[in-house]
Amino acid sequence: MSRIDPLLTVRSLAKSFGSNQVLRSVDLDVPAGTVTTLIGPSGSGKTTLLRCLNGLETPDAGTVAVDGGPSIDFGGTVDRRTLGQLRDRSAMVFQHYNLFPHKTVLENVIEGPVVVQKRPREEAVTDATALLDRVGLAAKRDDYPFSLSGGQQQRVGIVRALALKPKLLLFDEPTSALDPELVGEVLSLMKQLAGEGWTMVVATHELQFAREVANEVVFMDGGVIVERGAPAQVLGSPREERTRRFVQRLTHPL
Amino acid sequence: MTGKDLSLVIESFWPITQGAILGTIPLAIVSFVIGLVIAVVIALMRLSKITIVSGIARFYISLVRGTPLLVQLFVIFYGLPSIGLTVDPWPSAIAAFSINVGGYAAEIIRAAILSVPKGQWEAAHVIGMSRGVALRRIILPQAARVSVPPLSNTFISLVKDTSLASTILVTELFRQTQEIAAFSGEFMILYLEAALIYWIICLALSAGQNRLEKRLDRYVAH
Repeated sequence: MSRIDPLLTVRSLAKSFGSNQVLRSVDLDVPAGTVTTLIGPSGSGKTTLLRCLNGLETPDAGTVAVDGGPSIDFGGTVDRRTLGQLRDRSAMVFQHYNLFPHKTVLENVIEGPVVVQKRPREEAVTDATALLDRVGLAAKRDDYPFSLSGGQQQRVGIVRALALKPKLLLFDEPTSALDPELVGEVLSLMKQLAGEGWTMVVATHELQFAREVANEVVFMDGGVIVERGAPAQVLGSPREERTRRFVQRLTHPL
Repeated sequence: MTGKDLSLVIESFWPITQGAILGTIPLAIVSFVIGLVIAVVIALMRLSKITIVSGIARFYISLVRGTPLLVQLFVIFYGLPSIGLTVDPWPSAIAAFSINVGGYAAEIIRAAILSVPKGQWEAAHVIGMSRGVALRRIILPQAARVSVPPLSNTFISLVKDTSLASTILVTELFRQTQEIAAFSGEFMILYLEAALIYWIICLALSAGQNRLEKRLDRYVAH
């Protein structure tokens, strides 16, 4: 794979809910093996952008291409199979984990590989066990999600995404629902994944994570990308007033 | 209670219970199973975005809930022959009860499906499932847990409603009782005995419901 080609290319993406224009012509390039963080106030469109990247929302216009797959043009009608190709290249980690409550930790992780990807069950179990072991949850593999802490549930959520062997990992405010003392265990796992070369797009309010882990920080407001660049620049000396105010509010809430 | 009453109760116990075992219980079980299948289909149709499909489901539910079960039973057994369609007592009873359960249980199942958080559909989508697979493996199992108490109600009602089948010549618990009562003239004691046996069956069903709820609750916080 060429290192110059971006793994994710988004052009002129637009999405409205009724009269509410949530995304207005968003462009985004994410090179393979890099971490992009999306920051911005609630309602800025970062979650919608993420959801458009794997078909949870269908954009009204614009194109999305992931890892040499077809560049999907949402200006025309997009059939389900094409959307499936988009979805199959990425995996999403949700703010509220969305683990399947009626399945054990292990069953949650192997559901996609076995039922959808039709991989042999034995192989999927071996892989899942290794992944769970890596995040320190091997002992919980036969427990149901309700008995896990929020941080543990989110780590299972991440493992469930990894087990799909996606090209692109999408995180939708993965620590926003966690108690403050549990945020660290999830962020450090994400940092570890970044170090291993996973390509990640992360919507987050954790500026420190953005500062330490991200290759690029993208600040969104009102459905547009206001500013983007290296973390030190966007978070340290933002060019735009809106960015400066947002970073200030997050750094000094009082 | 006199000694004569007691010996009548004992003597009639087996024939009435036989009516339960060979009539009431199989009638209720078969109708409930078929009714549930109808209910899932109607519930999914009702949830469809296609207006005609959801309209058909609404119409079905409205019709079933808006007309008496006894009338539905009579239309099938006594009404259909006049348009040249004769159905035997048992199939008539099963058809009427299944259609009826289908209407009531459809609303229960629809509500149960809607009670599963949207995030579950989204997680299923993300791991690559189609809507059908997501429904079968992720949504319906969770909906099942929610729907056990109201569906148990429906089933218990159905067990008692099967007594209506006595009016179309199905030999079940109540018809057996009626025959013995007519023969002996001891109405009070025999109908009380029938009531008691219905009650015992329903007690057993409630116990079964409790066990099922416990089993399905193993994955929720207590």
